[in-house]
Amino acid sequence: MTDASVLKVEGLNAFYGRAHILFDVALEVGKGEVVALLGRNGAGKSTTLKSIMGLLAEVRGTRSLDGQNLARLPSFRIAQSGLGYVPEERRIFTGLTVMENLEVGRQPPRQGAPEWTPEKLFALFPNLAEMRDRPGGRMSGGEQQMLTIARTLMGNPRAILLDEPSEGLAPVIVEQMARTIAELKREGLTVLLSEQNLYFAKELSDRAYVIEGGRIRYQCTMAELMADDAVRHAYLTI
Amino acid sequence: MTAVLEVDDLRKAFGGVVAVDRVSFTVEAGKLFAIIGPNGAGKSTCFNMVGGQLPPDAGRVRLGGEDITGLPPRRIWRLGVGRTFQVAATFTAMTVVENVQMAFISHRRRLRALIPAARRLYRDEAMAVLERVGVADQAERQCGLLAYGDIKRVELAIALAHEPRLLLMDEPTAGMAARERIDLMALTAEIVRERGISVLFTEHDMDVVFAHADTLLVLDRGRTVATGTPQEVRENPEVQRIYLGGAGVAAAQRAMEARA
Amino acid sequence: MDPAFFFIQFLSGLASASNLFLIACGLTIIFGVTRIVNFAHGSFYMLGAYFAYTLTQQMMALLGDALGFWLALPIAAVAVGLCAVVMELILLRRIYRSHELFQLLATFGVVLIVQDLVQEVWGPEELFGPRAPGFTSFVVIFGFRFPEYQLVLIAAGPLVLGALWLLFNRTRWGTLVRAATQDREMVGALGVNQARLFTGVLFLGGFLAGLAGALQLPVEPANPFMDVNIIAEAFVVTVIGGMGNVLGAFLAALIIAQLQAFGILVFPEITLVLPFLVMALVLVVRPWGLLGKPETSTSHGFAGDRPLRPLSRTQQALVAALIAVLLLLPLVVGEYSQKLALEVFIYALFAFSLNFIMGAGGMVSFGHAAYFGLGGYGAALLVHHLGLNMELAILAAPIAAGLGALLFGWFVVRLSGVYLAMLTLAFAQIVWSTAFQWVELTGGDNGLIGIWPSQWASDRTVYYYLTLLVCGAAIAFLWRASHAPFGYTLRAGRDSTVRADAIGIDLKRHQWLAFALAGTCAGIAGGMFVFSKGNIDPGSLAIPTSVDALVMVLLGGIQTLTGPLVGGAVFHLLEAYILPLTDYWRAFLGAVILVLVIAFPMGLAGFLRDRLTREESAS
Repeated sequence: MTDASVLKVEGLNAFYGRAHILFDVALEVGKGEVVALLGRNGAGKSTTLKSIMGLLAEVRGTRSLDGQNLARLPSFRIAQSGLGYVPEERRIFTGLTVMENLEVGRQPPRQGAPEWTPEKLFALFPNLAEMRDRPGGRMSGGEQQMLTIARTLMGNPRAILLDEPSEGLAPVIVEQMARTIAELKREGLTVLLSEQNLYFAKELSDRAYVIEGGRIRYQCTMAELMADDAVRHAYLTI
Repeated sequence: MTAVLEVDDLRKAFGGVVAVDRVSFTVEAGKLFAIIGPNGAGKSTCFNMVGGQLPPDAGRVRLGGEDITGLPPRRIWRLGVGRTFQVAATFTAMTVVENVQMAFISHRRRLRALIPAARRLYRDEAMAVLERVGVADQAERQCGLLAYGDIKRVELAIALAHEPRLLLMDEPTAGMAARERIDLMALTAEIVRERGISVLFTEHDMDVVFAHADTLLVLDRGRTVATGTPQEVRENPEVQRIYLGGAGVAAAQRAMEARA
Repeated sequence: MDPAFFFIQFLSGLASASNLFLIACGLTIIFGVTRIVNFAHGSFYMLGAYFAYTLTQQMMALLGDALGFWLALPIAAVAVGLCAVVMELILLRRIYRSHELFQLLATFGVVLIVQDLVQEVWGPEELFGPRAPGFTSFVVIFGFRFPEYQLVLIAAGPLVLGALWLLFNRTRWGTLVRAATQDREMVGALGVNQARLFTGVLFLGGFLAGLAGALQLPVEPANPFMDVNIIAEAFVVTVIGGMGNVLGAFLAALIIAQLQAFGILVFPEITLVLPFLVMALVLVVRPWGLLGKPETSTSHGFAGDRPLRPLSRTQQALVAALIAVLLLLPLVVGEYSQKLALEVFIYALFAFSLNFIMGAGGMVSFGHAAYFGLGGYGAALLVHHLGLNMELAILAAPIAAGLGALLFGWFVVRLSGVYLAMLTLAFAQIVWSTAFQWVELTGGDNGLIGIWPSQWASDRTVYYYLTLLVCGAAIAFLWRASHAPFGYTLRAGRDSTVRADAIGIDLKRHQWLAFALAGTCAGIAGGMFVFSKGNIDPGSLAIPTSVDALVMVLLGGIQTLTGPLVGGAVFHLLEAYILPLTDYWRAFLGAVILVLVIAFPMGLAGFLRDRLTREESAS
């Protein structure tokens, strides 16, 4: 696992102003793995992903992608080096059409990473194919969630950070989302998935990290987590 | 049963797209009424037409028999409707207790007073409400610096200040952790039952919906798919197909068992 | 009248519409992407004309008339684009996340610096450029002679509009810019170097403004007032069109230019005022301009806003000590210092009244001078034309200003954010234009002189005490109101409009009353000002005076109540001591603004407050 790890984070500390939010977060994601970062709201999941992506002003610690050091890089360089980011709030460009949204995410193909084209993405998200010229602002929440993932894939990432893709979606759409992510995994994509919906995460993930109060409290395989009632109750309150 | 809120044939379109299409429902006194449905089903639009944030294209909204269709939010508030928002809206640069004091100042129509110090007005009343929602210990802190769960409680306190007969809560637990969600909704249910307040709320969390709602309205693409008790809605095959799915039914089952 | 004449008038309207559009489209593009309203856009336009002047001289000598001239214009525009890039790299990058007020002020600081630079390099005289080779003659249209060069200008507008449409809709760069307009950070997280994108946008905007200035050279001499003269109108066009919307700017430029072209036939005096009137009316019907999108922000607070606290014992003692010192001051210092001190009181009230709507109300006014000036003119006109005495005139000052603020405020509070700031600016320009153009009533540019206090108050020391009393009372009243429910209601609306609405607050009505109250108090300051100076001129209600007030507030700190008072004092003392020493007061002031915006966004009082509270929490 360590040898083949694509994304590696060690000693990650993050601050909002004077508030210390993350404490020595360390995690690894191996090639082709889907790893869940589980925790309550405010536990530090989104902050962890944003810190890795270089979206916070004050971050310390090492982050690397396929051995390349990401620390000190601005977020666009991190994206260019092959790390994709799918934000929790989706952040679709509402004034741009579906095709234009995809165009913004486009980057040159990358060796050792699955290569995506709009046509290939439309096969994965058939809904989107029917609305190529529709402005992002006139799509439903589920369709926007698909577009935000497709837009990130246009950058042909080696790994993606997926922030709570099930948040705010109808249960049936959540199930559809789960199938899609399973499909991405089959394509060989490496995923770090932040979730508080344990039922969603357990279907997809190989391993899990449990975060609470800005610290990683527990790491295990998904099967171990599902077997461990004590940990689930302590940190996930489900 | 007396109806607190009656909604008849409500309709709203945005540039040709019909967001809410002839929706009708009734909220009975002292009951919790939930609107659920997929994103873009028209829940928020419906909600905002009741709360006065959006004027409906057609239809009627009646509060205790009085027509309030198209009134601005501030008038609806004066008729006894409290409101919380999906993203908590508070006065961030005031202290927590001042936030609640503002609601009292407005309720007693003293907004335009130029001489008395606002921070001394209705302080005890405001503290009592904060006590009830469990954030009295934070009273002197700047509201914007609170944890999100506490801000939601402050918002509830603001909404309760003028002793409303109806509470409108748009996704009251959005952005909260599971534990906090359950606590906040349990608290809300407790308060509204002890004071006989009715609640109209939208929600995505099936655990919350099926644990607390007395009646459910399911919307899809602006139309009513089903109305009824949690039991009836959960068993409705159409609702299962377009909205709940397997996981949703399971969550509903869990919540209803916990309730019983 | 002859329809052919109307057609010619229509054509000249088209030519000036092109010019307006070229300036406004860059402004609107820059706003769309950076959310910064660029005051310095007028400076870009002016630089375009000056660069073109110098370049045509050099290049026409070197390359011959035609080639030299037509090459010089685009090169001048590119040079201006590069200036805009420098501004982006040095200044704008640091303030993208700042409050709109800071951004507006910072770019105004650049205006001040460029003004002094231009005067230094090219001198104060008008510089006439060459006529455009190939287009020096007239065409005859329906028997009227029409300059050929105007046809070039008419074509320029639609050509640029078409080119911009292609750029934004048919190129990857354009798509990225449109995406960045909505969410810069997300564009970055998708692998786009957004910093470079912004630099590119500034280049484009600067280039277009420079091109407009260069193209104007054969028609209008380069002069050091081009910037301020054009910027207000460019704002109007941008706002009417909807900020960030290029097509909207085009439509608005057409409307304004045609109204000007025909308005001048009917009622020549109205030309200065007309654009602002149109803007006010358009914004009533469409608060976000013809094609603009609503601003989504529901909060208009400033970073570092804190809960209001009553004065502590120590602070009360300090205030008492300060009042004692001010009461005893005339016993110690001479006439000049008393005059300086009473002016400080006047400016402190002026700044404090501005901060009442801005700090508490979240309404950034770029035209507060209007009410200061209305107060001053209200008093001066009564003395000058009706021979009233000072006592009555000073009572009339707040009434005049208050009525003006009541009228303008009704429109203003319907808007928020940048649109609100632009509308206050527009109203101030209306008042300024009226004072400037209505010579019979106001004395025009010269203003009204000989407005002196009554006999009993003509002694400097007596007037000192009178000012202290009047301004002190007004400040104390506003202070009290800030802590009262009324002030809290304003702060509530500033923090969250939706929440205020949802607890029964009729926010617009309260903001309107606050605007009128602040205007009234500025009017008191204006009235006291006239009698201390003995005269008044349109400068007292011009943009620089509004900016002075903003700088005072900013200098002291918006987030604190004491800030504007400290700021008013420091600003006026700086002005009194430094202005006589230098020919570059404007550049100095511009530099002060930039330093404040970048390094001390909390102002002096805010800086001290944070220092003190930090020490408290540490101990």
